[in-house]
Amino acid sequence: MKNHVLRPLWVAILLVIALLVARKLYVPADFGINGRNFTYGYYRKASVNDWKEFKVKYKGRQYCKECHEENFDSISKSKHRIIQCENCHGPAIDHPDNPEALEIDRSRGLCLRCHADLPYPGSHRNDLPAIDPEEHNPDKACADCHNPHKPDLEG
Amino acid sequence: MIEPSVYVHGLEWTTKELFTYPNEFITWSIQIVMYPYMTGLVAGAFVLSSLYHVFGQKDLKDLARFSLVFSLALLPVAAMPLLLHLQQPLRAMHPLFTPHFTSAISAFGIVFSTYGLIVLSEIWFVYRKHFVDQVHELKGIKGSKLKRMIFIILTMGAMDISEAALAKDKKAVTIMAAIGIPVACFLHGYAGFIFGSVKANALWMSPLMPVIFIMSAVVSGIALCMLTYILIMEFKKIKAAIARGMGDTSVQAIKGIEMEVITKATRYLIIFLVAAISLEILDLIFRGYTAMKSWDILRSVMYGKDFVDIFMLQYGIGNLLPFIMLLWPKRTLRRVAIATTLILFGVFMMRWNVVIGGQAFSLSFAGFMHYHMPIIPHNWETFKEGLGGVILVIISPYALFWVINKFTPSLGTVEEKI
Amino acid sequence: MKCSRRNFLKKSLSGAVAAGLPLAAFKFLSPREAHAAVKEANLRWAFIVDTRKCVGCGLCVKACKKENEIPYDVPLTRTWIERYIVTKDGKTTIDTPKGGRDGFTSKKVRGEEIPDDQITKAFFVPKLCNQCDNPACVQVCPVGATYQTADGVTLVDRKWCIGCGYCIMACPYGARFFHPVYRVAEKCTFCYHRIKKGMKTACVDACPFGARQIGNIKDINDPVAHTILTERVAVLKDEYGTKPQVFYLGLDERVR
Repeated sequence: MKNHVLRPLWVAILLVIALLVARKLYVPADFGINGRNFTYGYYRKASVNDWKEFKVKYKGRQYCKECHEENFDSISKSKHRIIQCENCHGPAIDHPDNPEALEIDRSRGLCLRCHADLPYPGSHRNDLPAIDPEEHNPDKACADCHNPHKPDLEG
Repeated sequence: MIEPSVYVHGLEWTTKELFTYPNEFITWSIQIVMYPYMTGLVAGAFVLSSLYHVFGQKDLKDLARFSLVFSLALLPVAAMPLLLHLQQPLRAMHPLFTPHFTSAISAFGIVFSTYGLIVLSEIWFVYRKHFVDQVHELKGIKGSKLKRMIFIILTMGAMDISEAALAKDKKAVTIMAAIGIPVACFLHGYAGFIFGSVKANALWMSPLMPVIFIMSAVVSGIALCMLTYILIMEFKKIKAAIARGMGDTSVQAIKGIEMEVITKATRYLIIFLVAAISLEILDLIFRGYTAMKSWDILRSVMYGKDFVDIFMLQYGIGNLLPFIMLLWPKRTLRRVAIATTLILFGVFMMRWNVVIGGQAFSLSFAGFMHYHMPIIPHNWETFKEGLGGVILVIISPYALFWVINKFTPSLGTVEEKI
Repeated sequence: MKCSRRNFLKKSLSGAVAAGLPLAAFKFLSPREAHAAVKEANLRWAFIVDTRKCVGCGLCVKACKKENEIPYDVPLTRTWIERYIVTKDGKTTIDTPKGGRDGFTSKKVRGEEIPDDQITKAFFVPKLCNQCDNPACVQVCPVGATYQTADGVTLVDRKWCIGCGYCIMACPYGARFFHPVYRVAEKCTFCYHRIKKGMKTACVDACPFGARQIGNIKDINDPVAHTILTERVAVLKDEYGTKPQVFYLGLDERVR
């Protein structure tokens, strides 16, 4: 009965111990200072791998070339060679397994991204061939007249 | 066409004007207004009780016991807004498990629990004699077995209520109250630091922010304790009048004591109010004078869009008006009650203007955002981050106080005196 | 009694210190780890945005959203394009419809058309996370759920984030947001899964005009490092001391 004054302190210490035990059980072992310092590098190390294993969807034109060499060649000769296949054909993901067929974007909106007229002084946009989408055959699909792989009507 | 499983946080209550970055929304909404408001009330209530225990302000004795117990009731409620705000509430323990101390929020769990333990142990020392008395009193009384069990647990086995033991209790109370003051101030000052340290936010970033928060916290805490005290005492008066018949002298007795307590508390309220307002005005003047890059947009928010909120509601109705009301001669209880209500409103508006006002402009300084608090909830999100959540947070301390007060009666002293 | 308690405390304290020290002292690196550490030390990802080349087609935004599984129709995006239009009265009008996801196909800004003859200059500015050297967002994370990798990319641990939003508030660039599905903080990862496989980021690959480039700033032979070292580059909002690692060519003073 002498030191009843310290009883709340023992309770507090018990709580701290309980917290430390819970922490030990709950927090993954690889959590700690894994980077350059505590400020910027305190984390769960396995998280980096989580991100490394994220699925790639856009495979790049070399992947497309493996099967579609003809189309690859045709566009390589046109001004549109700077555009990646997947920008219009959609991300390959695991094509041809999944998805079996890619959905091609044939909308006017896709072409207008570059070719809607915006006469902006000082912008590279100004250098691209442009039309006014409300004037230039508004009801037609661009691909009706222009072959995206061979965009110049003359060529 | 947004799928139902997809939830864009902030989309429902944010409208944008001119240019804002696409990802900008009112991310910190009403619950982050409530969080510093509630911690402020906790800190303020505790400081008020400490004025008696540490500095021996005997005139505050009645209020001190009440505000101590009330601050315990407020304590869990201060953490509630954070839980309601978190997008992953099940991970709420992470700041305690892996605290990243370079963040102002990380210490919340630690400071908060430390403070909670201090308040709890102080109450334990204050009420230990009561617990022991109850254990003896309830012995053998039918139907009180459970209640007695709780009291036995509450004594933690310390049944000694000799003079010497009680003297030790008293000393311990003083020590806990003394440690408690800086911890309470720290708890709240660092809530100010959470905002003041955000360098990306032009309105928040200020070293004065923590100090302003502490001052207004104490103001709101004292105001809330005074108001609740008045209300409870009025209620008691009515009860006494009904029980003993009209014109009974006991009503007069309660009234006399009540006014005395309120007069003393008002003095402290005014001191802290002056300090809080001075600092806020200093901050405002300094921003205008230095006129950094952000001043243009800040000015258009403060003197334009948020003028009513800041200068009419916060400074006018929330600070100046109650200030005059409290200083006006021949103070009455009713006037004090109204003034403290206005002060509570004023401090709430201050939190609002900091949290919501800080997000009223785009980080690009080229556009604005407006917050529309969800009133009628149509899903869990709009409930918890809307009016529903606010009401929940406001009523919780009273419900808790009702429960806690069953074991630590903090309003009984006046009756004993009668 | 008092004396013995003090002794007990002293002994237990020194015991704890003695127990803790050796753990830290005896950590050796295996040769493989050491090699990896040196290799990592020579790698720091950096980005170049050439605003003079950008035409505002928005293919980068589209690719980013699809590659990184950001629901396509929500108004949130890891990267976006801003349009700046400067008029004769000296005013700057800025917009970013849908973050530029569908490109800029109309002259209208928020429903109003600015007459061509009033425009003195106009340009597009792609934005993304700056992968700062001193990321303010990482500093303020209360739980260590966001961090900087050894090669300088700031990532979010989706399994540890509590969703407090502090990092979102701390970023001066507005690069962060709550992921609409996972409900945790989300940001540009420099396509960490791609650059670690030797690929470019989805946005760099998608850009037809080479307005975006990514490389290793520590490798003098890297074209990106070369550009940063030889040309006049600028960063966004350097006054915040975050040391951004996304460098801009042709950046206008009006860009926010």
